[in-house]
Amino acid sequence: MSHNPSIPHRLIGQDAPPAPSLVRATFAVLWTPINSFLEWFGEIGLFSWQVLRAAVRRPFEGQELLRQFDEIGSKSLPLVALAGAAIGFVLSLESRSSLVHFGAQSMLPAALVYSIIHETGPIVTGLVVSGRVGAGIGAELGSMKVTEQIDAIEASGVNPYKFLAFTRILACILVLPLLTIAADFSSVLFGWIAATLAEPVSFQRFISQGFAGASFKDFLAPTFRTVVFGLIIGTVGCFQGMRTRGGTAGVGLSATSSVVLSSLFVILADVILVKIILVFFS
Amino acid sequence: MMPSRQQALPRVEEGRATRPTTGSGEKTDPPAVVLGGLHKSFGSQIVLDGIELTVESGETLAMLGRSGTGKSVLLKLIIGLEKPDSGFIRVHGQEITLLDLDALNAIRKKMGFLFQHAALYDSLTVEQNIAFPLRRHTKMTDSELGDRVKQLLASVGMEADLKKMPSDISGGMQKRVGLARALALEPAILLLDEPTAGLDPITSGEIDELILKLQEEHDMASIVVTHDLQSAKTIADRITLLHEGSVLIDGSFEDLEKSDNKFVLEFMKRDS
Repeated sequence: MSHNPSIPHRLIGQDAPPAPSLVRATFAVLWTPINSFLEWFGEIGLFSWQVLRAAVRRPFEGQELLRQFDEIGSKSLPLVALAGAAIGFVLSLESRSSLVHFGAQSMLPAALVYSIIHETGPIVTGLVVSGRVGAGIGAELGSMKVTEQIDAIEASGVNPYKFLAFTRILACILVLPLLTIAADFSSVLFGWIAATLAEPVSFQRFISQGFAGASFKDFLAPTFRTVVFGLIIGTVGCFQGMRTRGGTAGVGLSATSSVVLSSLFVILADVILVKIILVFFS
Repeated sequence: MMPSRQQALPRVEEGRATRPTTGSGEKTDPPAVVLGGLHKSFGSQIVLDGIELTVESGETLAMLGRSGTGKSVLLKLIIGLEKPDSGFIRVHGQEITLLDLDALNAIRKKMGFLFQHAALYDSLTVEQNIAFPLRRHTKMTDSELGDRVKQLLASVGMEADLKKMPSDISGGMQKRVGLARALALEPAILLLDEPTAGLDPITSGEIDELILKLQEEHDMASIVVTHDLQSAKTIADRITLLHEGSVLIDGSFEDLEKSDNKFVLEFMKRDS
C-alpha cells in the first residue's frame, strides 16, 4: 500500500485508537451495568437467605409483627379502597360506552366483575402498596441505617433481619390478599354506582349478574397471587433500606429505588403469574 | 511501641476459652478484651494495621487519635458489628470472630454500647428505648420492667422524661438515655463512642461525672473513644493514642504528657 503524500505521515494509523482498546472500552461500558445488575441479584439472594434463617429462630417478634400489620395493612386500606373505587367507576363508564355499541350492555356486570377480580383488583393493590409501603419501608429502614439504629439493634443482641425485615415481609405477604379483597369490593361497588347512574339497577341484581359465570376458583388464584406481590414489596423495600449508604441523600435514593424496583417486579411477576394461572387453574 | 504494663498482663493462648491460672495455681479472670494483630481495611484504605491491646476488667481505657484513625471501627469490631481482615478479638477469653450469630449475641448481651449520636430508636419513647433490650433478653414482668427502666433513668438523671420521644430531647439528654440503654443489661464491658462530642463544656462535664459514678457503681471495663483530652484525663485509668492504624502510646495521661513524639506533642498542643 503506497502512502498518499497529501496526508501527513504522523496522522496515518496514529490518532485512531487501536482496535483492541476500543473493544475493551465498549465491553467495559456494557459490563458495568450488567455486573451491577448481577451483583444486586446476588446480594438480595443473600439477604433473603439471612432473613429466612433468622425467621425460624426464636423469639418470633409477635408484637412487632402486629405493629407492622397495622402500619402496612390498616393504614394502606383507605388508599387501596379509594384506588379500587376510582378504577371500578371509570371501568364501568368506559365498558358501558363500548358495550352499548354492540347492544351488549347487559354484559356489563359480568365483564366488570371478571376484569376486577382477575386483573384490575390485584395489580392496582400491588402497585398502590408498592408506592405507599415500598417507599415507607425503604425510607424508614434507610434512615435507621444511616443513624446507626440498626447497628444499635444488632449491638443489643437482637437480629435485625428478623426484627426489622422478616416482620415487614411477612406482614406484606399476609395483608396483600386482604387488601386485594377490599380493592375488589370497592371496585365492584363503585362500578355498580356508575352503572346505576346511567341505568338504575339494584346492587343485588348487579352482583348476581356479575358473579353468574364466575366460580370461587376464578377469585382464589388471582387474589392469592398478591402473596407474591407482598413478598416482592417487602423484600425489595427491606433490602434497599438496610443497604442504605450516604446520609439523607442515600435515604431518598433508597425510598425511590424501593418503589421503582418493587413496582417493576410486581408488574413482571403479574405477567408471569397470569400465564401460570391460565395454564394451571383455567 | 508497647508499654511494660501491657507485657505484664496474663497471656491467653489463642483459641482457649478457659481461664488462665497464676503461678500459684489460683484461677484469675481473663482480661475483659484482648486484641491481637488486628487489621482492618476499607477498600484500599488501611484503617487498623496490627493493633495489640488489652483491657482488664474494671479498667477504663480512653482511646484518642485523629479523626479517621479507626477508633470507632475498633469499638464496632469488639462488639462484632464489623469483621476484622485478620487478627483476633477475645472478650473474657472467648474469641468472638469465630462465633456464630447466636453465640455472638450471647456475648453482646454482656456489652453496652453508646453510639456517637446515641442512635436511639426514633419511633419509640425514651422508656421503650430502654426497655428494648430488657424485653428481649430478660423474663421481667411489666411492673419489674417499669421499675428497672425508672431506676436506669434515675441513674442518668432523666426520670422525668420517660414518655418523651427522642426527637423531643436535647443531644446531651439523648446521650444520657443512650447510656441508660447501654447499662440496661448490666454489662461487664461498656463501649462509649465519643460520649461528649458535640456537647457544651458543662454538659460534657456532667456526662464525665456520670460515667465516673456509673463505673464506681458497676465496676465495668470501659473503652471510651474521645477527642476530648480533659474528659480522657478525668475518666480514664489508661490512655491509648492511635496513629496511622497502630497504637502509638499506651499508658497513663502523664505518659502522654511526657512523650517527646512529634505527633503526640502536636496532638496535645492543638487541644491545650
